[in-house]
Amino acid sequence: MLAKRIIPCLDIDRGRVVKGVKFEDIRDAGDPVEVARKYDYQGADELVFLDITASAEDRPTLFQTVEQVAREIYIPLTVGGGVRSCADVRALLSAGADKVSINTAAVENPRFVTEAGERYGVQCIVVAIDCKRVVKKSPLGRKPKTEPPRWEVFTHGGRRATGLDAVEWAVTMVEHGAGELLITSMDRDGTKSGYDLELLQAISATVPVPVIASGGVGTLDHLYDGLTAGGADAVLAASIFHQGTHTIGEAKRYLADKGVPVRI
Amino acid sequence: MSAIGIIDYGMGNLHSLGKALERVSSSGRVLISYDPEELLSCDRLVLPGVGGVRECMKELCRLELNEMIVEAARSKPMLGICLGMQVMLEWSDENGGVAALGLFPGKVVRFPDPSPGTPGARLKVPHMGWNRVRQAQAHPLWAGVPDESWFYFVHSYHAQPADPAHVLGTAEYGHPFAAAIARDNIAAFQFHPEKSQNVGMTLLANFTQWSP
Repeated sequence: MLAKRIIPCLDIDRGRVVKGVKFEDIRDAGDPVEVARKYDYQGADELVFLDITASAEDRPTLFQTVEQVAREIYIPLTVGGGVRSCADVRALLSAGADKVSINTAAVENPRFVTEAGERYGVQCIVVAIDCKRVVKKSPLGRKPKTEPPRWEVFTHGGRRATGLDAVEWAVTMVEHGAGELLITSMDRDGTKSGYDLELLQAISATVPVPVIASGGVGTLDHLYDGLTAGGADAVLAASIFHQGTHTIGEAKRYLADKGVPVRI
Repeated sequence: MSAIGIIDYGMGNLHSLGKALERVSSSGRVLISYDPEELLSCDRLVLPGVGGVRECMKELCRLELNEMIVEAARSKPMLGICLGMQVMLEWSDENGGVAALGLFPGKVVRFPDPSPGTPGARLKVPHMGWNRVRQAQAHPLWAGVPDESWFYFVHSYHAQPADPAHVLGTAEYGHPFAAAIARDNIAAFQFHPEKSQNVGMTLLANFTQWSP
């Protein structure tokens, strides 16, 4: 039986691990190689690096980090952030990444996802979707009619609204060759209030490819909910692991006790 | 001096496989090459692979590696990984159907696509992540690898070897499928040992010492 995956996410800024709250307020959380080694030892199923380095000049630092980590760690490594061309994909794969995650560039040019998938295999193409719940303003304080929830896709690290519907966009991306989807709720990111389960469910029930849940984990129950009620195939978390609230091992034992198949 | 040759036909990522083999190979050097002669001078060969089978076969033929592989497969220890395993069969249904190397009788078929429905209860394609491998028979490559160990998979197609005696191990995804196959001096894994942490390293180490 296929195990549900626990994936610690390392936001990387100029070669350091950092963690923001709601995409802002950056805090230093350590050296990527040390952090990666620790998670590998604890039994992480994969690692995700999201490069949030703003300037292009600092880009080589990322390749160095990826190379150092790939030299020591023999679990899958996904790297995202600023992946805009097939040359970027190739550079990251040859630095030692196993998958790349594409976000803004997929919205700007969906064909890019197809080309990268054709050239390097769809299994290494993760499309990351950052989205926010669409809140309908109720006129004159009246209660709004109950409608199914909707989410809007954002790009550029959550700064730019696209007008795209997240569920429709997820389907489009799979049609374009995404091998996996990384779904981040911007409303929940960093809040520790749990994943947006309705969002996960809506996407997971619609697409044929694996879905990674992201944004909002504060407790082990949130991981459980994401994998069960949310229907996700993998859960991504940062702060509960970085801050030492829980180890990956604790998370896995907790999930195993509740009947979720995990690799222990 | 012994050498392990990794067959590089320009697709996918050989970095982590090369590093992993260097780490477990005590004496030999690891050579990544697309030169048939250079590869034929190695004692053992690894055929890795990601991507589509049509492109893979096209590149193997263009670089004249297909004939080299078939020739080397007569005597040298050889290991196929992921797509490298799939092209060792006779035929793959991928990309509209492609004739492959035929080192093992049988073909490669796709996992059925899930129909939209209950989240979580259906099987996604690709089969991506860690799954247990049940060892179907004793083999030197399994030395030190506990039965039902977890290995990392990522694939949408899987091999159906015609001869059950070739199945070295199976994994369960909707139904049991061949996760590892072997005959004589050739073995192949659908999973990625280079991504499967300690048990993966053990398997690769066993391959570097395998004398069939």
